[in-house]
Amino acid sequence: MTPLLRLTDVCVDIGRKRLLDGIGLTLDRGQVLGLVGESGSGKSLTALAIAGLLPLIGGKVTGGAIHFDGMDLTAIGEARLRSLRGKRFGFVMQNPMTALDAVQRIGEQIDIVSRLHLGLSAQAARLRTLDLMAQLRIAEPSAVAEAYPHQLSGGMKQRIVIAMALAGDPELIIADEPTTALDVTVQAQIIQILTRLSRDRGLALLLITHDMGVVAQVCDRVAVLYAGRIAEERAVEPIFEAPSHPYTAALIGCIPRDGMAPGSLHGIPGAVPVSGRYPSGCRFNPRCTHAADLCRQERPALRALPSGGSVACHFAKAETS
Amino acid sequence: MTLSRHLTVLRTILRRPGGAIAGAWLACVVLAALFAPLLTPYAYDAQVLKEAFQPSSASHLLGTDEFGRDLLTRLIYGARTSLSVSSISILISVVCGMTLGAAAGYFGGSFDRMVTTVVDLSWSFPEILIALMLVAIIGPGTSGTMAAIAVAYLAQFARLTRAQIMTLKSETFIEAAQSLGASHGHILFRHLVPNALAPVLVSAMLATGDAIILEATLGFFGLGAQPPLPSWGSMMSSGSALLFKAPWIIIFPGLAVAVTVVAINLFGDALIAALDIKDQVRRGK
Repeated sequence: MTPLLRLTDVCVDIGRKRLLDGIGLTLDRGQVLGLVGESGSGKSLTALAIAGLLPLIGGKVTGGAIHFDGMDLTAIGEARLRSLRGKRFGFVMQNPMTALDAVQRIGEQIDIVSRLHLGLSAQAARLRTLDLMAQLRIAEPSAVAEAYPHQLSGGMKQRIVIAMALAGDPELIIADEPTTALDVTVQAQIIQILTRLSRDRGLALLLITHDMGVVAQVCDRVAVLYAGRIAEERAVEPIFEAPSHPYTAALIGCIPRDGMAPGSLHGIPGAVPVSGRYPSGCRFNPRCTHAADLCRQERPALRALPSGGSVACHFAKAETS
Repeated sequence: MTLSRHLTVLRTILRRPGGAIAGAWLACVVLAALFAPLLTPYAYDAQVLKEAFQPSSASHLLGTDEFGRDLLTRLIYGARTSLSVSSISILISVVCGMTLGAAAGYFGGSFDRMVTTVVDLSWSFPEILIALMLVAIIGPGTSGTMAAIAVAYLAQFARLTRAQIMTLKSETFIEAAQSLGASHGHILFRHLVPNALAPVLVSAMLATGDAIILEATLGFFGLGAQPPLPSWGSMMSSGSALLFKAPWIIIFPGLAVAVTVVAINLFGDALIAALDIKDQVRRGK
């Protein structure tokens, strides 16, 4: 069976700069795929590319294909894309503080999605809205539906944004760092609610995050992005047991654990290179502890791993193709 | 906005002395204009030539004009003309200007350039010139005046709305609406315009004051409401020839215009303070 979402060799340019270079991903119904990487690695760009929203920031898909349920999203045009947005895939924005219209009541903002995409009447849409809010564990849904965004807390707003994403009954949810703007105390709640709901409904969830801890807890597979390229893409358990890419290993090394000696938590030295000034060869080589001459000269191809998944590193123990 | 929010805004306005006095005066003028026939025993066009040029007395509180018509009656009916012409023309101006400005700001591109050019061009002429030119084309009278005033103030609302929409359209909630499949029409009319409304409404309120002056000016030149229908402008015009013989004929309509316009400005300022939108109103200027 073909997966619900398959990105093959997707390239994205803004102006003359190539910001995503050969991204490949697959995601199936009922699966949670974590997309991780540091700021500037292209996580949000990937999400915008899937939703066809790149024109908003002046970007363009210049190569590859994005297949969603058999359709190539890069070829179907804006009108068809708009009919898919919200109906077949929902989007959860990074910052819930600004993702809601300040002068419209909460309930109306959720209602309109199911009225538009499911053709529900006003009453039916409101019932659906209240039901969704209850599923998102919002206390007193009917009171909250009458409130304006400024009357709600950040965590509450993010639940509303999730409700809006779910209201059109989509098969895929793209959540772009859904907890970055929230208090630590509600982050876990939101992630839990999001993954529980998507598992209950058999949705595919693309969870963009830079928190490897979250990935370890809720994702089935994980794709590690570095400087616009995929570094490694595998199931979650093996990647945490034995990461194949030095960058993945370094990211995992950044998670604090119980019983760690003080001072033993390390960051990754250096920073993600700026687009347009990428080093030649492997883009991670200036920060890599294993870098050799080969890494500075030749771009490592993405190779299949014996245990499933793939990695782009010259020194990973991969099947030779 | 909810009812309680409206009440809060109103209370904030009335707590300022300027806002309270201005509000009271405007309420009086509007009520007088609405219930004009109930307030006065005279008809605005009833000529009693033997009572002409009377100063204020018990039977004619503000005196009579050169045809012996009761000045207070004509002033009240004049308020009808002035207020209806200025508010209807501003309403037309706001609707058309907002639509143009919103579309230009949202879609951008060559449509935006075209609208901006025309608007900036008309912005560089004084409103009175544009209005005079239009009345010359359409012809004098109430509807001609309305059309002229509406066009004269169009640029202001188009500019203000466009500026608002430009800043609003890059907000995350617009992106969020787009990511859930909202159409251009929905984003424009359900999200952008409601968010841009407050400063435009306040600016419309202040423009109504200017429009009263413009209407009076056109009336003074004999281009506004045609006799015997009174307007404050035409009353001042007939009074100007009799300034030394019967000064009250020009003084009272002049005062009516002045006090009403000042009241509208004070009320508008209080409204800006109550809604806390000083910066947004300035942006379009």
